[in-house]
Amino acid sequence: MEPETAFSAIGEDLICIGRVTVFLQQFANALALGSVYALFAIGFTLIFGVLEIITLAHGTIFMVGAFAGLLAVTKLHLGLGPAILTAMLAAGTLGWVIDLVAVRPLRKRSFHHLAPMIATIGCATFITSIAQGLFGAEAYRFPFDFVPATSYTLGPVQLTLLQLIIIAISFAFMVIIIVLLHKTKWGKAVRAVAENRRTAALLGIPVDRVYQITSFTAGALGGAAGILTGINFNTIHAFMGGPMLHRGIAVVILGGMGDIRGALLGGLILGFSEIMSVAYISSDFRDAVSFGLLFLILLLKPAGIFGRTGERKV
Amino acid sequence: MLELADVSITYGHIQALKGISLEVREGEIVALIGANGAGKSTTLNAVSGLVPTTAGNIVYQGRSITGRAPHTIVREGIVQVPEGRAILTTLTVSDNLELGGFVRRDSEKDKDMDAVFARFPVLKEKAGEPAGILSGGEQQMLALGRALMARPKLLLLDEPSMGLAPLIVRDIFNIILEINKGGTAILLVEQNAKMALKISGRGYVIETGRIVLEDSAENLLHNPKVIAAYLGG
Ligand SMILES: Nc1ncnc2c1ncn2[C@@H]1O[C@H](COP(=O)(O)OP(=O)(O)O)[C@@H](O)[C@H]1O
Ligand SMILES: [Mg+2]
Repeated sequence: MEPETAFSAIGEDLICIGRVTVFLQQFANALALGSVYALFAIGFTLIFGVLEIITLAHGTIFMVGAFAGLLAVTKLHLGLGPAILTAMLAAGTLGWVIDLVAVRPLRKRSFHHLAPMIATIGCATFITSIAQGLFGAEAYRFPFDFVPATSYTLGPVQLTLLQLIIIAISFAFMVIIIVLLHKTKWGKAVRAVAENRRTAALLGIPVDRVYQITSFTAGALGGAAGILTGINFNTIHAFMGGPMLHRGIAVVILGGMGDIRGALLGGLILGFSEIMSVAYISSDFRDAVSFGLLFLILLLKPAGIFGRTGERKV
Repeated sequence: MLELADVSITYGHIQALKGISLEVREGEIVALIGANGAGKSTTLNAVSGLVPTTAGNIVYQGRSITGRAPHTIVREGIVQVPEGRAILTTLTVSDNLELGGFVRRDSEKDKDMDAVFARFPVLKEKAGEPAGILSGGEQQMLALGRALMARPKLLLLDEPSMGLAPLIVRDIFNIILEINKGGTAILLVEQNAKMALKISGRGYVIETGRIVLEDSAENLLHNPKVIAAYLGG
């Protein structure tokens, strides 16, 4: 073999290894982004599966979670763990209040299926303008080095501490929710209401209480997604909920409305397609590519990945 | 223990119940028979709090339960096994049974679940399976077992024989008798009037939202009008 050809062969190998490394690096980014999308979408899909409504306030709840976490850190000087709990408590309470003032009154009467959407848009607009009034339109940041910029090397992949935390916390919450739904008395009651509220009532399950618990839980998950996103991108502002809501809707439609596994998988798919389209195509086309991909999947599976017409599963 | 006094119910423009009065005493089996659409299910649903009454009163153990939420009525010990059985198909057989005991706070639920499994061995075999895979007869057994998990004082059974093969219907009726011998009062709605009256002490005949006959089951079984209209004579 001529020396020159040998050299260029090694060069190609190196480029190839380089590509794999870049891909694996993007894999870590995508996992971090996608797991937060999944966390957000699970709350959204939980509300749909159990309350049978589409809540358009979930993006606002996400934003409130981010701000609550920020204030917990900047004003109360709390650490990451307590700040996440604060965000979840605030967002969960907001979810519960929105159900109480906007959705529950509709449930008491028979309503048009669009009514809860309108009511939750109203709540979202109201809360967003309060946030704008309080915080203005500018972006806020977490203190410098709030999460130390440490990174870990796992084979060819470099994971930042922040990514590790985001992935671990998101998946931990998803596992907790699934375990609660399948192993606890109230979790089973939630699934019973999701399948058939009338049957659930005949078993002595207080259906309205189940709606309230679900609204709180979904809000808390949205709040956790909010603070994690706030830290990940380090920008928090009053309008951060809108784009997230659109993604959340896309994810739950993709996964199959009301299906938790679907929200999980859909969130990861969206995270991956966004990161990969930025890495390999162009950041200008990020949303076009990722939403285009969602559209394609829906053409193949119109009811979503886990969706079955006429049946829901939580 | 249960008394309906002049209960009326309307769905939109349809008046489904036009002043129903009936009574179930401690330890009784009472049959409510009538044609399709007569208002039998509506009567049970009124007791369970699933449909609002427009007039009349429902009294249970001396207290009015009219207008109360369904889950609070289950807490009082009135449990309905609805038409079509209403199995939670996405939950497992044992989860269905566990939710049957949702309102209880005592520590004997596991014991009761074992008792249900002893009575219906097929449910034990399929305890971990999604309830949706059960056959019709097995689903009726699960529905009965689930209702027993609440330790009911009064069972409301809506057409337990519907869609079942004759042999299985006999099993189900035997089980209903057994449950009653354990002290549970039963209000039994059936289109299969003969079977229902045979295990009942008293019966009511309902026609288009009105009680038209009320007598001992024995007399109803020999009543020419009942024979002509409901016993295929
Ligand atoms: N949810 C409902 N909405 C409107 N009409 C109903 C509803 N349920 C029952 N009905 C009507 O009320 C009447 C009594 O029905 P039902 O109680 O189900 O009769 P049964 O159980 O004796 O067959 C029927 O005319 C039926 O069409
Ligand atoms: Mg009926």
